[in-house]
Amino acid sequence: MSTTLNRVGLPRDAYKGAATTLCAGCGHNSITNHMIKALYELGVEPHLLAKMSGIGCSSKTPAYFVETAHGFNGVHGRMPALTTGAHLANRQMIMLGVSGDGDTASIGIGQFMHLIRRNVDCTYIIEDNGTYGLTKGQFSATADIGSMQKKGAVNTFQPIDPCAVALALGCSFVARSFSGDGKQVVPLIKAAIAHRGTAILDIISPCVTFNDHDGSTKSYSWVKDHEESIADVSFIPFFEEVHVDYEPGTVRDVQLHDGSHIVLKKLGEDHDPTDRRAAIRVIEEGRAEGHLVTGLLYVDTKMDDFATTEHIPQRPLRDLGEDELRMSRDDFAQFMSEFA
Amino acid sequence: MTEPIVNDLTIQAATVNGSGSQTANLVLTRAIFHMGIPVAPKNVFPSNIEGLPTWYQLRITPEGHMARSDKVDILIAFNVATWREDLKTVRPGGAVIHEEAFATVDARTDVTYYPVPFSKLAKAKIQSDTLRKQLANMIYVGVVGGLLGIPWEALEHGVKRQFLSKPKAVQVNLDAIKVGHDYWQDNFSKQDPYRLEPMTGVVEGKVLVEGNQAAALGALMGGVTVVAWYPITPSSSLCEYLIAYSDRFRFDPTTSEKNISVVQAEDELAAVGMAIGAGWAGARSMTSTSGPGISLMAEFSGLAYYAEVPVVIFDIQRIGPSTGLPTRTSQADIGFVYTLSHGDTKHLVLLPGTVEECYELARDAFDYADRFQTPVFVLSDLDLGMNLWMTPEFKYPEKQFDRGKVLSKEDLERLAGEWGRYRDVDGDGVPYRTLPGTDHPAAGYFTRGSGHDEQARYTEGADAYARNMDRLSHKLETARHALPPPVVDESGAPVGLIAFGSTHAAVIEARETLAAAGKSIDYLRVRALPLSDDVAAFVARHAHVYVVEQNRDGQLYDLIRLALPPELVGRLRSIRHYNGQPIPAVAISEPLMQLEAVPA
Repeated sequence: MSTTLNRVGLPRDAYKGAATTLCAGCGHNSITNHMIKALYELGVEPHLLAKMSGIGCSSKTPAYFVETAHGFNGVHGRMPALTTGAHLANRQMIMLGVSGDGDTASIGIGQFMHLIRRNVDCTYIIEDNGTYGLTKGQFSATADIGSMQKKGAVNTFQPIDPCAVALALGCSFVARSFSGDGKQVVPLIKAAIAHRGTAILDIISPCVTFNDHDGSTKSYSWVKDHEESIADVSFIPFFEEVHVDYEPGTVRDVQLHDGSHIVLKKLGEDHDPTDRRAAIRVIEEGRAEGHLVTGLLYVDTKMDDFATTEHIPQRPLRDLGEDELRMSRDDFAQFMSEFA
Repeated sequence: MTEPIVNDLTIQAATVNGSGSQTANLVLTRAIFHMGIPVAPKNVFPSNIEGLPTWYQLRITPEGHMARSDKVDILIAFNVATWREDLKTVRPGGAVIHEEAFATVDARTDVTYYPVPFSKLAKAKIQSDTLRKQLANMIYVGVVGGLLGIPWEALEHGVKRQFLSKPKAVQVNLDAIKVGHDYWQDNFSKQDPYRLEPMTGVVEGKVLVEGNQAAALGALMGGVTVVAWYPITPSSSLCEYLIAYSDRFRFDPTTSEKNISVVQAEDELAAVGMAIGAGWAGARSMTSTSGPGISLMAEFSGLAYYAEVPVVIFDIQRIGPSTGLPTRTSQADIGFVYTLSHGDTKHLVLLPGTVEECYELARDAFDYADRFQTPVFVLSDLDLGMNLWMTPEFKYPEKQFDRGKVLSKEDLERLAGEWGRYRDVDGDGVPYRTLPGTDHPAAGYFTRGSGHDEQARYTEGADAYARNMDRLSHKLETARHALPPPVVDESGAPVGLIAFGSTHAAVIEARETLAAAGKSIDYLRVRALPLSDDVAAFVARHAHVYVVEQNRDGQLYDLIRLALPPELVGRLRSIRHYNGQPIPAVAISEPLMQLEAVPA
């Protein structure tokens, strides 16, 4: 398996990174493996990948995949700003941001929201475990009200649901998944990367050390028992032929900018992923019923992304030289004369 | 009537902000400048949109002094709320043009009054209800024109120049000026000594530019392509000018594409973060802010220093701490900015002292940032940034961009992929970097604000940490020798003076005053941090050296003391001005005279 080359001629091993330093059994390590699989199968060229992150356990993970790609582990809660700037400098790069629930929903909530508001073309993965692992188990802002810390403290505050916030802001791609559900996570990562615009992917990723006990709503057992997938997701990249032979009326097909397709096979109630209000309702209903709704909640393939809105050329701004960036001598002389 | 005073006077217009008075003041300024007479305007405005007092001081000297004067010769009193106080500022023998309706009971008797019924004239002579309030200000331009003998042709030029982009507004403004001009001729005879006469020899080849305009132009010519900012006075206009200039010079109408992205960020944290992200990805990037924004940028500045990411950060200083006086000038960020961030951090700081240097150093800042892979701060201030200054026209850059040590795909092939992001190959402390997107398997590395070794790998190793910090220190030492050297003007005087930034204008004038009093003073102007060795050498050549700056604590004085050998420290003295008004020359010449009179 590992010697099979993908469409850019690379083996799966080329997408590996340094050995993880996270706890054995950490959900984040599973996500790292899903990332490796998704990037390998998509045939992403490592030199065109920029791995961005903030601070926390989640933000360490970009070191654990695609070692030959550039990565930037910045400051806490500010991955979106670095991502926005780097993207503007070179819009050819695939921007892949990895964040956590503290990095996103607490210190980084402002930048998270403004990234969405601008629809910067990037993938934003939240490795969401409801706790501050690196500082030893404090609640984060995504912890559910009434959920418990390992030593029994009860969370008394309403959670911030990154997906609900993203939907309220009109985010162009919103999905939720579970680190243990590779079948769902991998196609969602691929779809998020193929999507042009800000793709938010909130992946519940249990913290085995501080938040995997009874009384936690981010534990392996709780999520396994309460996950309710709204549809089976499969992703057909632009370089593969689409052949769908499902019964009519059982699938929905969303075509992305690059010609890729997201194929959603109905499981229970039919969810239209292009209906934002329906997506909000699905989340709210799941919450009321005590379920964790997963899958592709919403996608808008029409919205212009930030660089398009800003009229940035496809050629990287960072490659422009004096000839393109300096006005001519004549223009300069004319301009100076206007100050007389 | 006394001897006429020609081309040497200060006009102060006391008006209400948001009423259009700034336009009238600029017309007056441009008209006088057009006569070949040097002008030095200072706008003193409130942090308010409409209705509070504002003052515009237009200093006119045959020598072209550009510092603020604290003497008012001609007052234009247009604001009843400040009328009594404004009147006190006029020097004996001065002239006062005021709204006729203002009470003059028990007013001063040592000034000449020219009461003008501005409100009545506006009501009677200005037809447009919507423009009346704004055009009323133009009436005083006409009165001043009459009073000082400004030729009509100059007033016409002033209006046309001011309304370059709105030619339709020219006639209606000229009509309003005519109302004032006629009123002067019909009702007054000259009672004061002040007059203006066309002159030659000083303003030829000169233009009027704001420091923020100059810096925006400099950044544009320096090749900036990613700008992220958050509105804050007195920095906002820098990015707004940059937007305007970009729309003109970086826009391709055939493709509708722009060779620049200017992002109004959600706050200063995001603004500097975007600029750093862009710098990391290889673009020339910048942000611009003022004190409160600089405070917010501290953490990210440390990241850019430690991870070695080029970025240019403009700080147009205003009075702090906290919100301070948002529309008043200051030089009190120099100490903070120099070591901005926690941990051992030191930054490259450029200190433009003229608008021409705002242009040049803004432009060159991008070369320094790329060359040394570190943040470069450009410290301007409200006085320099937001007032118009007379300056020689700026020069077209002859140098190509210096993109610093960047390894291309070909370089990496030649090196067979053997390189280390934080390795000191050349012995100057400056490592090589690759840009994201470089098509070579060895190009990628992991940038982080946590501990890292020469290969950019994570480490908490004691030796690796110390080694890296020593290299960074060595890098800054290399940069120190490459930064703009101090400007020294020396003639062997026993006493020296050191200043930086906008204090320069007052120093020039103070030195003339002192020289005229038989006390020549040598001068060194610092243009960058870390300090050049020239500073200590200058101190060594003088018995006393005065460090003049616009902050309370003598921040540059402290930095120089730290850089001096112990035996020289005692030679330094400090002169500080920190009330938010641009420093006048007397704030230097007077204390210096006093201090020098005391035996050391």
